[in-house]
Amino acid sequence: MTDNAVFAMQDVTKVYRTGGADVWALRGVSAELAAGEVVVMLGPSGSGKSTLLNIMGGLDRPTDGRVSFQGTDLSGASDRELTLYRRNHVGFVFQFYNLVPSLTARENVALVTEIARNPMTPSQALELVGLTERRDHFPAQLSGGEQQRVAIAKQPEVLLCDEPTGALDSATGIMVLEALTTINRTLGTTTAIITHNAGIQAIAHRVFQFVDGRIESMHRNATRLAPSQVSW
Amino acid sequence: MSAVGALDRKLLRDLMRLWAQGLAVALVMACGVMTIIIAVGAHRSLLLTREAYYERYRFAHVVAEANRAPLSLGKAISEIPGVASFEMRISRRVLLDLPQMREPASGQVISLPAHGDPRVNRLLVRRGRLPEAGRANEVAVNEDFAKAHAFRIGDSFSAILNGRKERLQITGTVLSPEFIYTIGPGDMVPDPRRYAILYMPGDVLGPVFDRKEAFNNLVLRLMPGASEPAVRMAADRLLKPYGGMAAYGRKHQMSHAFLDAELDQLAAMARIIPPIFLLVSAFLINIVLTRLVALEREQIGLLKALGYYDRTIAWHYAKLVIAISAVGIAIGAGAGTWLGRGLARLYGEFFSFPFLVFQSSPDLYAIAAGISIAGALAGAMKAILSVLALDPAVSMRPPAPARFGRSLLARLGLANLFSKLTVMAFRQLLHQPVRAALTSLGMALGVALLVTALFARDSVDFMVETVFWRADRQHASLAFGEPAQPSVMAAVRHLPGVVAAEPYLSVPVILSNGNRSRRLAITGKPPATTLSRVLDASFDPTVLPSDGVVISERVAQVLGLTRGGTANVEVLTGRRIATTVRISAVVQSFLGLGVFMDIDALSRLTGEGPRVGGAHLAVDTNTLDALYAAIKSTPAIASLGLQTLSRDKFRETIDRNISIMTTLYLTLAIIIVFGVIYNSARIQLSERARELASLRVLGFTRMEVSQVLLTELLLVVIVAQPLGWALGAGFAMLVTDGFASDLFQIPLVLEPAIFAKASLIVLAAAAGSALLVRRRVDRLDLIRVLKTRE
Repeated sequence: MTDNAVFAMQDVTKVYRTGGADVWALRGVSAELAAGEVVVMLGPSGSGKSTLLNIMGGLDRPTDGRVSFQGTDLSGASDRELTLYRRNHVGFVFQFYNLVPSLTARENVALVTEIARNPMTPSQALELVGLTERRDHFPAQLSGGEQQRVAIAKQPEVLLCDEPTGALDSATGIMVLEALTTINRTLGTTTAIITHNAGIQAIAHRVFQFVDGRIESMHRNATRLAPSQVSW
Repeated sequence: MSAVGALDRKLLRDLMRLWAQGLAVALVMACGVMTIIIAVGAHRSLLLTREAYYERYRFAHVVAEANRAPLSLGKAISEIPGVASFEMRISRRVLLDLPQMREPASGQVISLPAHGDPRVNRLLVRRGRLPEAGRANEVAVNEDFAKAHAFRIGDSFSAILNGRKERLQITGTVLSPEFIYTIGPGDMVPDPRRYAILYMPGDVLGPVFDRKEAFNNLVLRLMPGASEPAVRMAADRLLKPYGGMAAYGRKHQMSHAFLDAELDQLAAMARIIPPIFLLVSAFLINIVLTRLVALEREQIGLLKALGYYDRTIAWHYAKLVIAISAVGIAIGAGAGTWLGRGLARLYGEFFSFPFLVFQSSPDLYAIAAGISIAGALAGAMKAILSVLALDPAVSMRPPAPARFGRSLLARLGLANLFSKLTVMAFRQLLHQPVRAALTSLGMALGVALLVTALFARDSVDFMVETVFWRADRQHASLAFGEPAQPSVMAAVRHLPGVVAAEPYLSVPVILSNGNRSRRLAITGKPPATTLSRVLDASFDPTVLPSDGVVISERVAQVLGLTRGGTANVEVLTGRRIATTVRISAVVQSFLGLGVFMDIDALSRLTGEGPRVGGAHLAVDTNTLDALYAAIKSTPAIASLGLQTLSRDKFRETIDRNISIMTTLYLTLAIIIVFGVIYNSARIQLSERARELASLRVLGFTRMEVSQVLLTELLLVVIVAQPLGWALGAGFAMLVTDGFASDLFQIPLVLEPAIFAKASLIVLAAAAGSALLVRRRVDRLDLIRVLKTRE
């Protein structure tokens, strides 16, 4: 493991047993993510991106292999340990927002900051993603992009995004990506982004290409583009 | 047709998936159906059985009592317009000396006509035969008495007939429409071991009771359409010269009046309890179906897009409701029939009917089922209408997100005092205030039913304490066959073992105020007594004033009398004096229609000089046998009441009845609470699965996530408690009002412990259903929930 690696994954496999048949979601994935790195994961549906993201986020456990976060093994962690891991280190951004509808934008951010260590107040974090004006609005009063930015403003050490722009038009999607890169730049948040949208790979430090439960290729972008320069 | 088949398959699968919630709703509905069947079925059973029995065995419409009237009045009686048939009888109270009983039992002996079976109040001979005219030692007895002593035909026992001990041989056991419900002197519930009805030939009883060719009791049956008051007046006119008392109708006949009281209670139960369950089940159907329609919004859109008629889809959901109702109706009908039969058996112990079959006629089930389904569909109506209103294009898109408002907490700046999880719970509640309020109401009804179930024991305890320990503290009460001179008290005090004796006099009167009147007895007592006492409004013994009458709250209420006012009194014995009396106080008395007066003032009122009708005794319990022996050989003593035995029998009977009632209400309450909480929690969970899963993803523990749901439930449960207490107090009041009759009243005693117990039981039921839901929170599939759109 390299010195500044946040995540280290070795031969990670995941098999789902549904009915009589085994479904191999991951067939031995090895990779590392460095602190502050932005990685984009590309690949067709069912290629294992989401499974790996869920395992990295402590929502799921590998069938075999090893996943560690800052040197701590996640593969054998208990349910409670995974809960604490998510609480203290991980932020998720899903395609369908996942905000608590009965809490305002600021309260949704505070929901996390109240239970975890955080460098900023909810208001500061919302300012960072450009939502100061909207902080007292409920999710139902926010657009999809705004909701996604609220989710990003939760300022964890690791941000795991599964199709964050999947439900958004491109202009709104760009604003969400800007929020992601701002947070990454300002707080050094290690960020993994799953997308079907190949254009987005230009904002990453590195790109993982998934095929059939494996990382088929990895490449490093020589120059990163700003989200506003990306089009799809 | 195959398309309908597909929808029906969906229906079956929906039902299988929703089985727990559906069952919870069905059980609540079953309670409604069950209580309809029990209450209405028992009401019908009693009423129809009574009517049939009355008709077949010619139960008298009018009873008139006299002192000694000649049988030669028969011709004049037969000429009273409207009289169909009549019997002139001798009816006397007697003491019985029974094997294996130290104390004398009491009984009422009634003469049989020379021709055998009476034309009015006919006897149903269960075993053996009626005594034959002229046979001095033959007797027929009521069946319950024979059973209580395991007497068989040909067995004999002793009775003290006007002071003479006679050995009587049982020729038969009988039932009479006149004695469906029978209680002995001083008793509050039937005790056939200590109280008997005896039938002996009139030509034997006449000479024994000094009424040869005479009678003291006249029973009349009327022709259809005859005027009862007119017949009563005519009978009164004929009997007046012979010590006649005002004739009375069935309304004042003890057995009939008690059955009326029971019928009233059943009618009240049918009016109050089933609607509660039908309302709650309609509410539950409403929330379950509303949620289901919300979840299946896109499917509904799809079906419409495929070309299904709106009405086909609406009918599909209506069928789901009907299916759930059918389960509820089946369970309720089964339980209702079973419990109804049990109730009929219980009635069989109290009431002497030749037969009492629980009336479970098909129309009763049809009515219960119809009402339940109608209630359920009414509850489902809003959701079904929303199915009709859904536009297919709109419904295939996700619904508009729920809008929340800033709560009062936030506006007051208090939101920061609570954790965000608590704020979520508050807002969710305020977001659907009607549903939260109805959920609370449902639970409050559970609390209220428990209060209703639990208060009865305290109230009866209080009643027993008041009646037996504070008011009537005597060991025994003697009644003389005829009123005696006050000097008789010296003889009473000399009876073996008598420590203290107090005279009393009971005079039948009609007390009236304007057009309201009651036939009752004024009880005369010495002004200050230590045994049988009159209690004032605060349950302290009071001294009877030297003039005026003291009336119980019940009398004050039914006649509209107040302290300081006056009432008209018509004495029904002796010279039949009519006058007015002043109401000098209103006091507490739970038994009968209590009216009390200074014994001397009462004697003056009757215009017959000082007299004593009986005596209350305190006795040395070590010499009881001597006392009983002396009483049995004293001709003047016609009956004996024993407080301890009356109290024990009352306790035993009431305890059992209360246990049955408490168990029933407890079951009903738990079902309602469980049904309401379980369904509310499941629906909340379904609506918020995504939100709760999000919290888990954010790193909240299972405990913390459950806490959001449980806080909401807890708030609803807490709000329900005071509401439930208030409703429970109201129900308890309705129950005591329902029980209140001229025969007895149950005081309303609501101890704080009752409310606490009711709440604890509800909280336990709530905790049970909350735990079931919590287990589901624990099993939330985070990844699946989050990947799907709501």
